[in-house]
Amino acid sequence: MKRSPLAILSLLLALGGLILPAGGDGGVLAQMAPTVIFVAAAVAVFVARSTFSLVALLLLVHVGAFMLLGMLSSFAAAPPLLGYWCMVVAAWLLAWLAVQRLAEFTVTSRQLQKLVNLALPLLFGAWLLILWELVVRGFGVPTILLPPPSMIASRIAASVPTLWADFQQTYLKAALAGYAMGCGAGFVAAIIVDRVPFLRNGLLPIGNLVAALPVVGIAPIMVMWFGSYWQSKAAVVVIMTFFPMLVNTVAGLAASGAMERDLMRTYGSSYWQTLVKLRLPAAMPFIFNALKINSTLALIGAIVAEFFGSPIVGMGFRISAEVGRMNVDMVWAEIFVAALAGSLSYGLITLVERAVTFWHPSYRT
Amino acid sequence: MTEARGPIVQFCFDRVIPVGTILLVIIALWYVFSVVLNAPFERDQAARAGTTIATSQLLHNTMWQERPVLPAPHQVAEEIRKTVFDLRPTSKRSLVYHGAVTLSSTLLGFVLGTLLGILLAVAIVHSRTLDKSLMPWIITSQTVPILAIAPMIIVVLNAVNITGLLPKAIISTYLSFFPVAVGMVKGLRSPEIMHLDLMRTYNASRSQIFWKLRWPASMPYLFTSMKIAVAISLVGAIVGELPTGAVAGIGARLLAGSYYGQTVQIWAALIAAALMAAVLVSLIGIVGSLVNRRMGVRS
Amino acid sequence: MAVVALQQKTRAAADLARRNVIEVKDLSLVFQTSDGPVNALSNIDLEVEAGEFVSFIGPSGCGKTTLLRVIADLEQPTSGAITVNGMSPSEAREKRAYGYVFQAAALYPWRTISGNISLPLEVMGISKEERRQRIARNLELVNLSGFEKKFPWQLSGGMQQRASIARALSFDPDLLLMDEPFGALDEIVRDHLNEQLLKLWAKTQKTVIFVTHSIPEAVFLSTKIVVMSPRPGRIHEIIDCDLGAERPLDIRETPKFLEIAHRVREGLRHGHSYDEVHA
Repeated sequence: MKRSPLAILSLLLALGGLILPAGGDGGVLAQMAPTVIFVAAAVAVFVARSTFSLVALLLLVHVGAFMLLGMLSSFAAAPPLLGYWCMVVAAWLLAWLAVQRLAEFTVTSRQLQKLVNLALPLLFGAWLLILWELVVRGFGVPTILLPPPSMIASRIAASVPTLWADFQQTYLKAALAGYAMGCGAGFVAAIIVDRVPFLRNGLLPIGNLVAALPVVGIAPIMVMWFGSYWQSKAAVVVIMTFFPMLVNTVAGLAASGAMERDLMRTYGSSYWQTLVKLRLPAAMPFIFNALKINSTLALIGAIVAEFFGSPIVGMGFRISAEVGRMNVDMVWAEIFVAALAGSLSYGLITLVERAVTFWHPSYRT
Repeated sequence: MTEARGPIVQFCFDRVIPVGTILLVIIALWYVFSVVLNAPFERDQAARAGTTIATSQLLHNTMWQERPVLPAPHQVAEEIRKTVFDLRPTSKRSLVYHGAVTLSSTLLGFVLGTLLGILLAVAIVHSRTLDKSLMPWIITSQTVPILAIAPMIIVVLNAVNITGLLPKAIISTYLSFFPVAVGMVKGLRSPEIMHLDLMRTYNASRSQIFWKLRWPASMPYLFTSMKIAVAISLVGAIVGELPTGAVAGIGARLLAGSYYGQTVQIWAALIAAALMAAVLVSLIGIVGSLVNRRMGVRS
Repeated sequence: MAVVALQQKTRAAADLARRNVIEVKDLSLVFQTSDGPVNALSNIDLEVEAGEFVSFIGPSGCGKTTLLRVIADLEQPTSGAITVNGMSPSEAREKRAYGYVFQAAALYPWRTISGNISLPLEVMGISKEERRQRIARNLELVNLSGFEKKFPWQLSGGMQQRASIARALSFDPDLLLMDEPFGALDEIVRDHLNEQLLKLWAKTQKTVIFVTHSIPEAVFLSTKIVVMSPRPGRIHEIIDCDLGAERPLDIRETPKFLEIAHRVREGLRHGHSYDEVHA
């Protein structure tokens, strides 16, 4: 059996955790953690690779990590000592090793493979949070600089009404309204542009250019024109989402093949029949691409526009206000909500896309 | 029916004339809107003075207001001319000065972000563990408004006395990092199976496969993602200039303009930012097509 | 131990008579797919002598390409033994014993024709001067002199495939593995390239293994035709093709040619029942 240097290093560090003092109050967790981590390292080094040893390693290393997290509260008086950090690094290496082995794990069942593919990024994310918590609290990093995840979580739990109000203002009003209007206008404009070749030749290069411009800078002007309420943010979102929709839909309308179009011509079908029965379905992958790009843009536009002036509610307002007051945990809470909203809306659009463009090669199984 | 045209004439018909016409229409519409939007103020002024205003006078006035709702194009052009050419580039009111501030942090962040993105893509392509555990997060990051972190980075770094260019560059770095990483993972994976098999029949080493196959195959992807990265870097730098209270840079000009209702200044800053973005993106596009041409891609 | 002894024995035998370049004994390969195991190759026995031109022919799914890929160490057999030049396929690959020509030309689009032929030479660490000479020599061999600076897309499909043959020959391997190299070309170009390939073979004395699904092509080119059949992929029959060294194109109208072609066709028909429903 090949022993990885990573496993041996983690065993040495776990040994360090057993021997060296960890600091703190020496409670029951402090007595058990070194043993658990040492056993985990021993499993990684000495037990032959199998499903069983992988599960054991995963269990042990996470129990160990849980204990290390529990020990944090005992370091209020004095910071942790070298033994503690030995255990932290050992646990981290072991977790990496476990993820590595899980990634190389070959499973025959498709369901199980899906589960493994889901578990890997989740483990990675969990360890990012665990290390963040351990390092920030262990080293006593000022919470202004970087609050620990636990603090952000409790802040989220404590300020649900505020977060909900901000979400309503920024997402449900500004972003959603702007998104619907921008995408709708872009789509209609694309149908018109497609009918007039001169417009297509003239507008497409401009549309492509606008996609690269810092459109969000238009926000102060929109605030002046439409006031500081959500309408001005929606206006920014309309402008940001219009051009990606226009450009993509025009490209999509050109995507149907010459042979298929000739076929429609042999049936003597009208412009609208060809559009509805052939060209729009063929354009769907492009349209959904624009919808996906725009879902991120809409949220960015609505949040950033609030940096230029807003009523005292909204995600962008909250971020800039709490940053000014150095309430960094609240900023992180807003960012968490924004991230969640962003990825969920993206996911939703992807689900609809799958239902609509199931025929596309990228979704066939 | 169609006559044979030379490529330049064809280009004129396909591109120059339509784009030029559309641009002219946009400018004409801009004038119309500036008259319509600025007229109420003039009528109001006249009503207060107890007079009525002649249409010709009204037209003239709407195009030369101090703080118009929508400045006319020539006002913006005049403002740009004044702040670019009449002032010394070191002057705090010079657009060149503010542009340079934004440009330097944009470029620094863009270069760092691109390098980091390439490095991470190389690591992901060569490590199954990273591919399976980290890549999903990087893809998810594309759906998240990460620009929202910008003010926090500025303020937090200010609190530990890191000010000036660096915090903005850090924002541009992380914004440009993600598209480059995603694009390069795609690019480095783009070689066909047959091309990879060919290298295997030569018993080529990993580094030979990388430098002779994966790297050249990823070039088109690199330049496409670099265009996105430089555009988002500029946005990051501008947004990064907002929370420090309008000290310097294009973002500061926008914010100061909105504080004091200086619409002409805002529009001038916006046009400058747009020009900057267009130049940066087309520069990368030009370098990209030069590289592509050297690599024999059909134009 | 037994394997080593066997290898020594074959080497000794090779000194006496003609050398066996490839020996396959009872080789099987099973692919694990989501629809269950697929027997791509089953109980293959084959010997190829030095200087032979051997064709694998059969319908799609008969494993002819898979067998070629096993020889090239691009697939691993599930069971059985195989030697290439008396070594395992992976050792042979590491010694760069063979040149491989794919179904498509697989030229790197960012390299010129001479750059593409230079690729294996660069990988193998051959000096610049030597590379220049070999590129010139091999381009001449496939009648492409003067196209060094062109990019692949500036050449026709037939010329691209000739360039890829020059690339496979550039490092002078004894063995040439060709996987339906002319399958995508029209018949006129294909005839022309077949003639050229025969001349090349006569000139270079290489051993060639050639995968095809065209009966006339197989008969025209080969000294030995391996007829394969699908489900499971196996060798149905091996037909000797003794048309002699001189083969002008009109040999294809001679009774001898037609008789061999008939035997190949009969072999293919027997090996494959057409009632099967495609999954």
